[in-house]
This record gives sequence, structure tokens and C-alpha cells, in this order.
Amino acid sequence: MNFFLTIVLDGLIQASWLFIVALGLTLVFGVLKILNIAHGSFYALGAYIAASTVTMVAARGLPPGVGFVAMLLSVALIAAAVGLLLERGLLKMFYGRDEVVLLLVTYAVFLILEDVTKLIWGVNPIYATQPYEMFGNLEFAGLYYVGYDLVLIPISALIGFAIWFGLNRTVIGKIVLAVIHNEEMSVSMGVRVNRVYAIAFAFGVLLAALAGALTAPKISMQPGLSSDVIILSFAIVVIGGLGSVEGAAVGAILVGLARAASVHLMPQAELFMIYLIMAAVLMFRPEGLFKRETARRI
Amino acid sequence: MKKDLHPLAMIALIAGVTLFGRVLPTWTLSLATIAASNALIALGIVVLARTGNVSFGQGLFFAAGGYGVALIASAWGITDAVAQVIIGAACGGLLGLVVGPLIARYSGIFFGMLTLALSMVFYGALVKSTALGGSDGFNVGRPTLFGLSFTDPREADFMLYAVSVIVTGFAGIGATILFRSEFGLASLAVRENNLRVEYLGISANRIISINFVTAAIFAGASGAFALMAQRHIDPQFAYWTTSGEFVFIAVLAGNQSVAAVFVASMALELVRSFSNLYLPNTWQLVLGVFLLGVILFLPRGIGSLWIRSRRKRSASAEAALTAERGATP
Repeated sequence: MNFFLTIVLDGLIQASWLFIVALGLTLVFGVLKILNIAHGSFYALGAYIAASTVTMVAARGLPPGVGFVAMLLSVALIAAAVGLLLERGLLKMFYGRDEVVLLLVTYAVFLILEDVTKLIWGVNPIYATQPYEMFGNLEFAGLYYVGYDLVLIPISALIGFAIWFGLNRTVIGKIVLAVIHNEEMSVSMGVRVNRVYAIAFAFGVLLAALAGALTAPKISMQPGLSSDVIILSFAIVVIGGLGSVEGAAVGAILVGLARAASVHLMPQAELFMIYLIMAAVLMFRPEGLFKRETARRI
Repeated sequence: MKKDLHPLAMIALIAGVTLFGRVLPTWTLSLATIAASNALIALGIVVLARTGNVSFGQGLFFAAGGYGVALIASAWGITDAVAQVIIGAACGGLLGLVVGPLIARYSGIFFGMLTLALSMVFYGALVKSTALGGSDGFNVGRPTLFGLSFTDPREADFMLYAVSVIVTGFAGIGATILFRSEFGLASLAVRENNLRVEYLGISANRIISINFVTAAIFAGASGAFALMAQRHIDPQFAYWTTSGEFVFIAVLAGNQSVAAVFVASMALELVRSFSNLYLPNTWQLVLGVFLLGVILFLPRGIGSLWIRSRRKRSASAEAALTAERGATP
């Protein structure tokens, strides 16, 4: 029983940060219809910036709580700026082109960011473990957990709720939904779609970077991080349905559980399991578990 | 689709390029071998892309060809280069026959995602299998040709160069003939409107499946070349960044000209090796900027550099069509 509980809790901890990444990816796809390969790079960027901030704060002798807040703030600021800059400066030039071409544009951005992070932070692993200790250890049903890991679960639930609330219960959110459902109609109703695009993309980058910052204390940052993360978040959004918030949540929990289960039962089968689920979902429900059926447009 | 080049002229061109290898310096020989092998798999992607579907998982067939050759060669002691290419193509093709009909029902982004998922499943399985060396892979011996073994490294490199150029060249001729055929034109029609094709009494799924299997055969043969050139194989063959690179070449080339695929592949290898040499830490950055530049300034690929002038009218008509499509997603 305890064994089962371990898998579930580990799965939820994994799911919490995966959900934040996938949320960003699904939002960008919903609004801009771009499957963003560079999304993993924004995650890595957030993690690296967080590590630098945490190290800087710790060097001044400030408590880890300050480091935690400082890292979230600095990541949010830089990520929003990078997102706006990329959308306005680069992606804008390719709108109206084929979906696949846009995918390749983000692939190019992925390649570029991969080297930019290497140039700034080097190729050796970087650690930022100070905030990881700040919530102490907790005993839960006879098992010991690092407090930080458990705190991640409510944080990601809160972020998920905030996004859901923002989309469904505010005017700006309703406008974004309108653009998702029918862009042409929104334009003719006077929506400034360009602005919605920029905001949505910046938000997507922000979410990826935030997830990177939140996980930075748990992991070692090194090259290859971004391609590992993008491959997981692709699976999540495809399982849940591209462009769906609820789908991202369910997909993240499924992938988190699959990861945790394979780590405990069959190490190394992890990617295999996750992609098997993704392939199965695509075979039987290609639109994902949560996508509403739409009439085919020709 | 070069309308004015006769197949015999193409064969002469291949013979010329092969003989030209005698005077090339040794380092360019292995570079050209890799370029030809990559061109072969990218050609498969172009063949498939003519139906409007882009595969992001050609690494699946690339790895299937590579592992198939490595396993069969070590089990049966087959070292002949030509035999290995045939085995690789057969492995890729057989897997394509299984996967193709299943996958032909999907289109656009779902097609790409499903191919990616399948190649990652394969990658995951390969990493896990300790019998195949896990994530480290394993080494294989030097290939021979028609019973001759090559001890001089330069001769061995030239042999591989010649085989890869000839095979890729003939695949190119085959693809050109395919593009001009009724079947090739029907493939283009599937891209434009698959429902209408169905109403005309042609099965769109069948067309996509056949193109898919062709692409898989090319990818399997390409995997065999990569294996022979590196004499090593590992699960990285099936990883998504490997597949991404092949799509990169296909986009660079555009889908107008078979020759463009070779030019694009060679250009990519040259950019890679030169930036490896002079900018060792930033070659991905160079590659990314290069790709953005091509997409921005040559939206129809490198092939449009020499096709455009000749077929200006049809190109502008097609551009109008794509613009119209882009406006109504």
C-alpha cells in the first residue's frame, strides 16, 4: 500500500511542474496555432536564471526565502521580456505560413537558444539547492518527503486555477478565447489580434520559465535539459488535447504517474511508457482526451 | 522536377560525380558520404511532403535500417556494402508497411506528432534494451564490396562514397520519375484537397501509404549508410533531434527539385563542419540563423533559386493559392 502511495505522491510532484510547462505550451498553441519546440528552451532559460539569482542572493548571506522570491521575480521579468521580443521581433514575420513552417521556425529558435544558454552558463552542471531546504522535511503516512516538493503541488494547482479563472471569468480571457475559437470573426469584431498574440506568447514563455525556476533547486542544470522537457510536454499536451487547459492537467497527471511508476517499477522504461500512452491516445482519439469536436473546415 | 533533364543525362551526372570523388581530398569524401546519405532520407521526407504530410519521426526508420543491418550483419557475417544497403532499405520498408497504413488517416500536425511519438517509443525501447548496448550502442566492422576488403582508409572511404552517391543518385532519378508520374501528381492533389481526390475515385490513404513506405525505404537505406560511415550505432539514431535535422534539410531544399535536396544536404554538412572548425561552441546557433534566413528569404527552398525563373507563372499562381490557404486556416 505504501509502495502505491509513494508512486502516487511522486507522480503528483512530477505532474505539478510538468503541468505548468504544458499549460504554457497549450496556451501558445491554442492562440497562435504554433507548436512551440523552443518551449523547452524557455524552461531551461528560467532554470538557469533562477540558479544565477539564487547563487547571487546566497552570496550576500540573505536567507533562502529571499532567494526564492527573488528568483521567481527575476525569471518572470526576463521571461516576459524575452517572450514579447521574440513574438514581435521574429515570429510575427512568419504568420500566415504553413503550420509546419512555423514549427521549424521554433526549431531554429530552439537551436539558437541552446547555444546561447551554453555561451552564458557554460556546459558544466549548475546547482542552486539553497531554497530546496527551506520548507524542511515532512513525514507523510510513514514516508519522508522534502517539504519543497510537496509545496510545488498547491503552487501549480494555484497557477492552473489562476489561468482557468483568467481565461473563463475575465474580459481579457474571454477575448483570448474568442481568438482561439475563431480568429477571423474576432478581427471583424474589433479585437486587436496582434496584441492577443503577443500577450499569449509572452504568457507561454513566462509559464515555461516559471516552471524552470520552481524546479531549479531540485535539479542540476546542464545542456540537454530543454530537449528532455519539450519531449515530455509534447506528450502531455497531445494526450490532453492541444489547446485545452483541463487536458494539460490530466495529461500532466498521467505522464507524472507514468514517470513515477516506471522509475519505481521499471527504470529506464520511462520515455517508452510515456510515448506509448501518447501513441495510443493519438491512435484512438487523435484530438486528445479533452478536445471538443469541431466541424471540419476545408 | 527538372523537366528538361533526361534520365540518361542524370545517370551520366551520377557517374561524373562518382569519378570526381577520385580527385577529392580525403576529408571531403566522408563528408560527402554523410551528405549523400542525409540527402537520401530527406528525399523521402520530400516525397512524403508532396502529400502535405511532414514526418517528424523518420529517425524511426533510420534507426530500424541501422540496427537491422548491424544485427543481421553480425549474425550472418554479411559485410558487403551493397547487401547492407539492401537489408537496411528492406528493414525500413517493412516497418513502413506496418506503420504507413495506420498513420495515413492523420494529417497535418497530428501526423507529425504521431510519427514523432512512434520514433520516441522506439528510442525508449532501444535505450532500455541491454542486449543492444543500451544508450551506448555498439560497434560494427568495416564494410567490404563484392568480396574485396579495403585496408587503405582512403580506398574504403572512396568505396563508401561511390556506393552512397550511386544509390542516392538512383533514388533521385526514381523520385523524379515518380514526381512526373500520374501517381506523383495525384500525391500533389492529396495535399491540395484530399476529399476531392476521394471523390475522383482515388484512395488518398493508399497514396499517402505508398509515399510513406517509399520514404521509409529511403530512410532505412540511409540508416545503413550512416552505420557504415560511423561503424557505430546507438539509440541517438531514433532521437527526435536526429529526425529534426532531416526535416531541416527537406525544408531547406523545398519540394520543387530533387537536385535541391542534394545541394541542401551538402550545404548543411559544409556549414556544420566549418562552424565546427571555426565556431566550435556555436554551430547550433549558426544552423538556427541559417534556417531562419532560408525560411524568411527563400520560402520555397534552395530549389527556388534555379526553378523560379523558368516556371515563374506557375509559381506565382501557386503562391497565390498558398496565400489564400494561409488566410483561412
